[in-house]
Amino acid sequence: MAKVKGDIIVDIEKCKGCEVCIDACPTHTIAMSEQVNGKGYHFMQNVHDACTGCTNCAIVCPDGVITVYRIKV
Amino acid sequence: MGKELRLMKGNEAFAEAVIRDGADGYFGYPITPQSEVMEYLMVEKPYEKTGMVVLQAESEVAAINMLYGGAGCGKKVLTSSSSPGMSLMQEGISYLAGSELPCIIMDAMRGGPGLGTIQPGQADYFQVTKGGGHGDYRLIVLAPASVQEMYDFVEISFDLAFKYRNPVIVLTDGAIGQMMEKVYIGEQKVRLTEEEIKEKYPWATLGKTPDRERNIITSLDLDPYRHERHNIKLQKKYKEIEKNEVRYEEINCDDADYIIVAYGTSARISQKSMDIAREKGIKVGIFRPISLWPFPKKALRQLSERVKGILAVEMSAGQMVEDIRMHAVESTPVEHYGRMGGVIPTPNEIVDVIENTFVKS
Amino acid sequence: MSDTITKEQIFKPENIVYKKTDLMTDNVLSYCPGCGHGTAHRILMEVIDEMGLQSKTIGIAPVGCSVLAYEFMNVDMQQAAHGRAPALATAIKRLLPDKTVFSYQGDGDLAAIGTAETIHACNRGENFTVIFVNNGIYGMTGGQMAPTTLEGMKSSTSPYGRDPQSMGHPLKMTELVAQLPGTYYVTRQAVHTPAAVRKAKKAIRKAIELQQQKVGMTFVEVVSNCNSGWKMTPVDSNKWMVENMFPFYPLGDIKVDGKLVKEV
Repeated sequence: MAKVKGDIIVDIEKCKGCEVCIDACPTHTIAMSEQVNGKGYHFMQNVHDACTGCTNCAIVCPDGVITVYRIKV
Repeated sequence: MGKELRLMKGNEAFAEAVIRDGADGYFGYPITPQSEVMEYLMVEKPYEKTGMVVLQAESEVAAINMLYGGAGCGKKVLTSSSSPGMSLMQEGISYLAGSELPCIIMDAMRGGPGLGTIQPGQADYFQVTKGGGHGDYRLIVLAPASVQEMYDFVEISFDLAFKYRNPVIVLTDGAIGQMMEKVYIGEQKVRLTEEEIKEKYPWATLGKTPDRERNIITSLDLDPYRHERHNIKLQKKYKEIEKNEVRYEEINCDDADYIIVAYGTSARISQKSMDIAREKGIKVGIFRPISLWPFPKKALRQLSERVKGILAVEMSAGQMVEDIRMHAVESTPVEHYGRMGGVIPTPNEIVDVIENTFVKS
Repeated sequence: MSDTITKEQIFKPENIVYKKTDLMTDNVLSYCPGCGHGTAHRILMEVIDEMGLQSKTIGIAPVGCSVLAYEFMNVDMQQAAHGRAPALATAIKRLLPDKTVFSYQGDGDLAAIGTAETIHACNRGENFTVIFVNNGIYGMTGGQMAPTTLEGMKSSTSPYGRDPQSMGHPLKMTELVAQLPGTYYVTRQAVHTPAAVRKAKKAIRKAIELQQQKVGMTFVEVVSNCNSGWKMTPVDSNKWMVENMFPFYPLGDIKVDGKLVKEV
């Protein structure tokens, strides 16, 4: 069975920390950071390795701050 | 001036001129005394002849905003209405001026305030020359006094509107709209193609192509300093218009002791008054502002220096007279004679006023 | 094995499966965190992008939270007076029938001050697309009651909840326009979950495709949240929306191919 591995790049400075993406992630890969960005928002980040590149987080992100990558392994 | 001669109503001449000048769209709402404009256009079917759009809107509010949309695309668009409809359009006119969009708005004035009457009036002068909507803006205002001018001012108005990216008001009234006179009709002009519009008006929203940034038509800027700069730019433009676009007519002013200042219907009636007065040996001349804004202040001031009295004749309680008083020399008395509520003054009434106010005193 | 894959291997342009469309500018959206406007903007621009319509599209921004939509959408745009977007769009589409024209309006703009323009543009069957974002409140001015505010819902001008006896009933504009002969496709969508966003995007795509066929008005409502106005976190406001807005504003197609597919 072909497996996929995904990853994301977040435009941290544009993230407003709304957390809408967190619920949308089926593998619970993302979480809010303890730190804040220049605007004072906690931003979302990858916390472990389970990303499948499903794009859910990016699709639901109101600010379009997430770029999703995926490769077959 | 065109070669073809026709007998037409003022409103019809205006509508014919719109088609002949190659307008792209008319958007209007019926209101007396100018409904013939849209009726004429619907009968003539310019959409078959030139491709011009004619649409009856659901309100004057919608009509003026249709102008905004069309003008934002660089199209030659216009509407026509009457005083109560003009009041409804003020918001849209302010937006048009703020966004610097060209268009023609014809106002066939009737007596007010409120629903007023359907008879002619001239009480929209303040509204159109001083800004009936919000914000610091100016409208070019032309006042025809004949059916021929109803025709001719369409082309002039579109030219001015696009030259300065500003709305132009053709300020007329029910009398000029309804009366019939002979009119010379011009040649049919071809409407601009989309490519020609792109070339001439690069600001128009016709779809963002790779060779340019997106075009935005807006009157909004939340940065006060930037918005102030926009206002300063507008004011500069208005100064330019004041310098270049003053229009007026002087009739028998060279030897005149007294001057009647009047526009539109009042100016026509005043010509008869002038004839009667001259027969009586009173040397009366007429100064007819054609551009009400920019007001012909310099010409009026020069004239005021050499006459004994000025009478403003308006079908209002006295609106233009304020501009006359502002610009005439202080030593020359300025009086006002007006009828209101749709009443048109008679030539003899005006002569009586001149005799009683100036000659006998 | 996945643990052997490095970041360098995965972060290559050819591996991108989702990125913001170039038809959204790089300006930071002026919307509150979690607001559905951003998503609605983005899927609309994705559709225009995917259909290759940028050079033929003219959009109308309303008055309200999305008044600055033209800062974010990289297409030619005009900003309309409050409620008048359908009048602008009408003229643009009539004068330029081969362009793709949309108005993007909120519920205050479309369902209150612009009711007449909305209904008459729909009734004339104007060939443009309305994107109607309904969050049941006036967001821009600070959370006042809108025509769409639910019964009992609190806002700054209905602080004890909307009382229909004195404040009138919430207005279902989408059901209303669906009944007009000039509308061809009328649907209600949402953008709070990935599945909802995918469906909403399909609906917008359908609307824009139908517009090319000049079959009449295409009208897409997007029920959205207003966490600032509703005074909730974005996640809570989405839950509240599902529990309270959707029962009154049910999602799904209302009119397809010019025929009602739902009782209204």
